[in-house]
Amino acid sequence: MPTVSVGRDRLFAALEQTYSEAEFDELCFEFGIELDDVTTEKAIVRKEKHLDHEEDEDEDEEIIYKIDVPANRYDLLCLEGIARALRIFGQKQSVPTFSCKSSLTHSYQRMVVKPETALIRPFVVCAVLRGVTFNESRYNSFIDLQDKLHQNLCRKRTLVAIGTHDLDTLQGPFTYEALPPADINFVPLKQRKEFNAAELMEFYKSDMKLKKFLNIIESSLVYPVLYDSKRRVLSLPPIINGAHSAITLKTRNIFIECTATDLTKAKIVLNTMVTMFSQYSTPQFEVEPVEVVSPDGRSNLYPDLSVRSLEVDVSSINGLIGVSLQAQEMAELLNRMQLSATVKSDAKLKVLVPPTRSDILHACDVAEDVAIAYGYNNIVRTVPTSYTQGKQQPLNHFSDLVRSEIAMAGFTEVVTWILGSHHENFAMVNREDNGKTAVIVGNPRTSEFEVVRSSLLPGILKTVGHNKDSPRPIKLFEVSDIVRLDTEKDVGAANHRHLAALYCNLNSGFEVIHGLVDRLMEIVGVPVVEFDENTQSYSDNGYYITPSQEPEFFTGRQANIMFKGSCIGNFGIVHPEVMQRFDITDPCSAVEMILEPFLSG
Amino acid sequence: MAATAMGIEEALLLHLQSHAAIVDSGDWAARSSFDHGAVMDVIKSLQGSGFVEAQSIKRNSWILTAEGELYAVRGSPEFQVFQAVPPEGISRVELEKKLEASVFKIGTGKAMKNKWLESLKGGTLLRKVQGVTDEVKLQLLEIRDGQHVEVPDNAITDLKNRKLIESRTWVGYSLKKGPKYAPKRVKPATDLTREILQSGEWKEREFKPYNYKALGQPTEGGHLHPLLKVRTQFRSIFLEMGFEEMPTNNFVESSFWNFDVLFQPQMHPARDSHDTFFLKAPARTHKLPEDYLERVRRTHEEGGYGSIGYGYDWKRDEAEKNLLRTHTTAVSSRMLYKLAQDKFVPKRYFSIDRVFRNEAVDRTHLAEFHQIEGLVCDRGLTLGDLIGVLNDFFSRLGIKKLRFKPAYNPYTEPSMEIFSYHETLKKWVEVGNSGMFRPEMLQPMGLPADVSVIAWGLSLERPTMILYGIDNIRDLFGHKVDLKLIKSNPICRLGIH
Repeated sequence: MPTVSVGRDRLFAALEQTYSEAEFDELCFEFGIELDDVTTEKAIVRKEKHLDHEEDEDEDEEIIYKIDVPANRYDLLCLEGIARALRIFGQKQSVPTFSCKSSLTHSYQRMVVKPETALIRPFVVCAVLRGVTFNESRYNSFIDLQDKLHQNLCRKRTLVAIGTHDLDTLQGPFTYEALPPADINFVPLKQRKEFNAAELMEFYKSDMKLKKFLNIIESSLVYPVLYDSKRRVLSLPPIINGAHSAITLKTRNIFIECTATDLTKAKIVLNTMVTMFSQYSTPQFEVEPVEVVSPDGRSNLYPDLSVRSLEVDVSSINGLIGVSLQAQEMAELLNRMQLSATVKSDAKLKVLVPPTRSDILHACDVAEDVAIAYGYNNIVRTVPTSYTQGKQQPLNHFSDLVRSEIAMAGFTEVVTWILGSHHENFAMVNREDNGKTAVIVGNPRTSEFEVVRSSLLPGILKTVGHNKDSPRPIKLFEVSDIVRLDTEKDVGAANHRHLAALYCNLNSGFEVIHGLVDRLMEIVGVPVVEFDENTQSYSDNGYYITPSQEPEFFTGRQANIMFKGSCIGNFGIVHPEVMQRFDITDPCSAVEMILEPFLSG
Repeated sequence: MAATAMGIEEALLLHLQSHAAIVDSGDWAARSSFDHGAVMDVIKSLQGSGFVEAQSIKRNSWILTAEGELYAVRGSPEFQVFQAVPPEGISRVELEKKLEASVFKIGTGKAMKNKWLESLKGGTLLRKVQGVTDEVKLQLLEIRDGQHVEVPDNAITDLKNRKLIESRTWVGYSLKKGPKYAPKRVKPATDLTREILQSGEWKEREFKPYNYKALGQPTEGGHLHPLLKVRTQFRSIFLEMGFEEMPTNNFVESSFWNFDVLFQPQMHPARDSHDTFFLKAPARTHKLPEDYLERVRRTHEEGGYGSIGYGYDWKRDEAEKNLLRTHTTAVSSRMLYKLAQDKFVPKRYFSIDRVFRNEAVDRTHLAEFHQIEGLVCDRGLTLGDLIGVLNDFFSRLGIKKLRFKPAYNPYTEPSMEIFSYHETLKKWVEVGNSGMFRPEMLQPMGLPADVSVIAWGLSLERPTMILYGIDNIRDLFGHKVDLKLIKSNPICRLGIH
């Protein structure tokens, strides 16, 4: 959820109302944004530098409200947008109408797109704001909005990058090209010296803010670049603008370009920029379109500020929310949410979705806005009446019964992590990864999250290693899932419900663990079968144990648990090397087995 | 000397049988050759059970210090000095050589002061008297023998000042028969043993009073983990409310079921590797329902079912990428799809199981946690129904005061964050998330158009940490847990009302 920092006093001035913190918090709650924090500029700096507070607490310092806004509401990413939305919500103003300067009275700027751009960043959309009056706070808000858009909707500039320019320093028509890095030469923003693009990429490798964007174009043979008619570089998207056309507080006419790999998003970004800041242009809310000529010769005008019209059914919205509003009431509620609605004859509403509300995809989005304006907390509570029955998953039900029995047998339950290191899942328990066993994470943050456990034993051993001072004997168990690769499954892996238990004391307790296996078989109703000397075999209607050779256990003190002809688990004295690796100094015995074969009884 | 307490007790009780009293326990101990300290212990014990009545007696006495002991043997320093001075006299230097340094230093002064010696010019010391008596030694010997009464008070003061003796308070008892006196004491029993029971001795035997302040013996047996005790209660609440458990034993999921079918666009931030664990093995899902996949693709790209869609180029490649499920809603979507393929009937589903997030870990967040999820799938459900179900669910947890905040979630619309009033913090805190699944999610599954789904979710860890007063999640969940915490905690009463 994006957080927008706005000056409280500026916000209240824009709202033409002051609120106590509690009152404003309440208003946010109702509208669906959240007053996350109340702070000051200095406090933010102190926090960044990890300083303790209070050396120069200033009473007059501007109070900053940090406001969390929904991730799909790009129109709330700046003070102008939040204030406008709350004013409309509070019926202090109506939804603004955005207009485009007429082509009859104005000749539009033109942007010509060269075919090579398809190799790296194929789209560009542009717009012009004229007669803008900036002051310091408006200017900062203009810059902050670009930052916020870059972070969120633009996916860290990969999908869209915004460049804003002082149009009076430039001369159209403009071109959007893709050239070899060495052929692009300009003085970038905040620098005095001219670089070619290859040098510039090298230069920015040490720039904390910009270096994270370099990889978006670095490996490409050609870099995207925008020129004016005099071959002055506007920007090298998505990295940096040119110094020549930089915006200042004195800028009156702004040229906005958004280059993109995703055209839909580029249009939303451009719309957000112009609908927010045309508030300061002359005339207010008027935008001058730019003609973008594609390589195929087709030409489009941007921005597209057209209002989308949506017809919604009053009764189905009432039905979805659980209210019975009249069409007119519903229309009034929608007006408070920036959706101009008019009642049509047949119990339908015609809803106009402004270019600021790209989040409205479906009538259900309109219904939500009706519900918000009505007040979620004013909706009458009802309950669904259909008859349904409670039912447990048999495997979980069965596992819970087994867990109780094992606890009654004196073992204490642990809940360990499913993710772990590759080392502890394999090498530490003397096992090799044959590549066919465990699910491997592709992007672990640390070694703690490399593998999905393919057995419960390492987690239990880690727990013992971390509880050195616990009185002996330590008796632990876990009933939980492990995951193994499984080509039969659509996703290629399957969970298995395992039981693991461990005994640790001054002696190994091998018989204690053996006894637990016997007890488990008793509770699942499986008898022990004896070796038949006549047939030289065991019968299939019970369980028996045979010597095993598993690397995690001590030789000669370990067994296979055999059931219905197959091995369903093992127990034994944990191998001394294994215990040493888990930093366990007292002998341990352990069992690990699969529980699913007993589910059907 | 080394008589047992039993032996002392017997002798003492026997003595009192024929004597009215023992006036001085010290004398009695000395006469009976018992250690007085051991006798004192026996007297205290007998007095405690009323066998004797004892009065403590105190006497001040003097004992020799280490220095005093030394002089009692070797004579006082002044005497030693006097003895060392020959009748013809001796130089100080020579005298010093004949004596221990301390004896010379103390003794010379004292001998001079006693006028036993005189000092000539040139440092020669001469006897001033012919013979002397070492009174100090005699006094010390008398005190050592307990005969200090013979020593004059001023001499005592003198010896004390010279730190040759120190005072000590001697404590003993004067005692006579007590109200429960008997010539022999039988100790009260601490427990009703099989022997005492079967012999009938329990009828006469005295029992030692029980220490009601001590704790009992710890119980044996194992313990269930508190996190899963809370899970059990949540499960019963769902079952009581008529919810059916979903099979969630599939941690590995495809992006398709985890994200795409939930109408979560492919470039949505949640799908970033910063938030999701993608898998190297098995990297891809090799089987997806093709016709459904086609409907999902179309809904993302161009909408349909009344939606305009997201207008981007949907890639099968992204959908096939495997991951560790980031929410159990991946299972909900499989269940709802299955429900749409069979004949639709109203359903209430729940699950409580592990989910995975590739996020930074801290005191309250781990890379894995348990998600509690509930959903109702029926024709004509309303937001009012969701609010009603949530009120029912949370009131069973003892949370009566709820309110709802508009929120955003890619697959629910309307969406509501659930807040409850925290009585101790005196503020509203978020306790869960909820909403109605979007038509763009439900319709491509093939569910009838009038079917809607209301759903909510919360974590299992957070309420457990609050219930058990745990402020670091690693103390609860994972191998760094303290086994004492698992063993020692109350039952979970959630759902008992």
